[in-house]
Amino acid sequence: MSACFPLESAGSQPPLGSSTTCGPRVSELTEAGNLAGVQHIILVLSGKGGVGKSTISTELALALRHAGKKVGILDVDLCGPSIPRMLRAQGRAVHQCDGGWVPVYVDQEQSICLMSVGFLLENPDEAVVWRGPKKNDTPPGTSDEHMATVDALRPYGPLGALVVTTPQAVSVGDVRRELTFCRKTGLRVLGVVENMSGFVCPHCAECTSIFSRGGGEELASHAGVPFLGSVPLDPELTKSLEEGRDFIREFPESPAFPALLSIAQKVLIEAPARVP
Amino acid sequence: MGGAGGLSDSDRQWSEEAFSRRTIEEIKEKLKTVKHKILVLSGKGGVGKSTFSAHLAHGLAEDENTQVALLDIDICGPSIPKMMGLEGEQVHQSGSGWSPVFLEDNLGVMSVGFLLSSPDDAVIWRGPKKNGMIKQFLRDVDWGEVDYLIVDTPPGTSDEHLSAVQYLSAAHVDGAVIITTPQEVSLQDVRKEISFCHKVKLPIIGVVENMSVFVCPKCKKESQIFPPTTGGAEVLCQDLKIPLLGKVPLDPHIGKSCDKGQSFLIDAPDSPAALAYRGIIQKIQEFCGLHQPKEEHLISS
Repeated sequence: MSACFPLESAGSQPPLGSSTTCGPRVSELTEAGNLAGVQHIILVLSGKGGVGKSTISTELALALRHAGKKVGILDVDLCGPSIPRMLRAQGRAVHQCDGGWVPVYVDQEQSICLMSVGFLLENPDEAVVWRGPKKNDTPPGTSDEHMATVDALRPYGPLGALVVTTPQAVSVGDVRRELTFCRKTGLRVLGVVENMSGFVCPHCAECTSIFSRGGGEELASHAGVPFLGSVPLDPELTKSLEEGRDFIREFPESPAFPALLSIAQKVLIEAPARVP
Repeated sequence: MGGAGGLSDSDRQWSEEAFSRRTIEEIKEKLKTVKHKILVLSGKGGVGKSTFSAHLAHGLAEDENTQVALLDIDICGPSIPKMMGLEGEQVHQSGSGWSPVFLEDNLGVMSVGFLLSSPDDAVIWRGPKKNGMIKQFLRDVDWGEVDYLIVDTPPGTSDEHLSAVQYLSAAHVDGAVIITTPQEVSLQDVRKEISFCHKVKLPIIGVVENMSVFVCPKCKKESQIFPPTTGGAEVLCQDLKIPLLGKVPLDPHIGKSCDKGQSFLIDAPDSPAALAYRGIIQKIQEFCGLHQPKEEHLISS
């Protein structure tokens, strides 16, 4: 699960980039005030691993940044933290200050900051084996870690949830359970995103549904939530994520671009805002 | 011993350890009739681990004389029932334990998915309950005489992994097959998985690279949808001196067959992906053939 925090300042936030402050602090979530400057909190969920949850979080953050927003990303995938690499932030050191952990800025303009357990691993090849009480954040699947994250963020609500699936029935099966989880915990679902929706052959333009088709729309319709869009398979997108590049800025002609932008726009309109 | 207030901490710890040891022994007994045990792991979700487990089971079971069992311990995301066309099936209990659901006479399947009454049910379980379920699956399922038990695990290095490996620790697991895609994002998780295997002394049979290449069904030209920017599984295996069991190309038949709950080895037997699978299955059988279970003296109780 990742949480995207578009941080459009309402004036209550200390200026970013100042050398005397630590910037926005994503820390002990029970501390009042740490998320005070955060206007919208969006949880990116899937219920199924490997559907592109971190990809969608990253691209959503980049698209929101291009729309002029300041964004924070909290990567709470304890066992497979992918986001640092996707934003070319792997190996960065994190510091602690009075208010808690200081998130890492991934760009010079300091419009996206990131906190990930990936930063806490000394050796990137180290296995992270967490048992029981040590874990307080979450990876794919519906489990106590999921509950803990939602509970911790709830005081800063309202929360919006964006649910990611691929077209196959097997993914949809898992994601249905995730939507039940959202309903049971009172999380508002902004909509379903279907990732890996078909591939257009660059040689002959034939579109092949490699991972089956239609699952995302059916799921959204079955659960009574909006369908936000389908993102096609796009090798440029995959490569950008491997290399930590800004796909939104560098590949506007690529097949996945229009879908990602459209999804970001819908999120901008629909994300529930906190009353200041 | 504790009085009205119950057990003291050290008593509780002692009894938990004794219980664990006893459970491990019970599991060893129960699995005595299982010749070969294979864990299918992946560091990252969504790389096709369950797809692989299901088709490994199908492939091995094509020989009527081979008894195959498939255990799905992905407590929170049980995909196996759907992939095997067994959604909605119920498990039954008999005197000798839980009965697996038999797809064929020689292919039995057990999954927590069978315990959910509706596909929409969320499995929101906490640690000890999850461990309890895994323990039950390993100890209480009446598998009978089985040549191969394939254990489909959840992705990552979680409680479920540790539980499974611990519970199986006395029962001689042949080894682990690790599934990956070509991308570095997936490989970095595979390295962690390999690290986990070394830590818990689990032998590694080898690595399978899924979603290797895509061949357009129309023009037959190849595309790299998930480019191996750091050399893919091939380089990783060379670096870490671990066998690369094979590379499976992307094939829309696979997804379609899984959605229908069928074996794509039967649906598309001549496809490059099916051929890749068969090569991999053969290598796994050869590995298991070299590691016959030892004859063990039964300790009279």
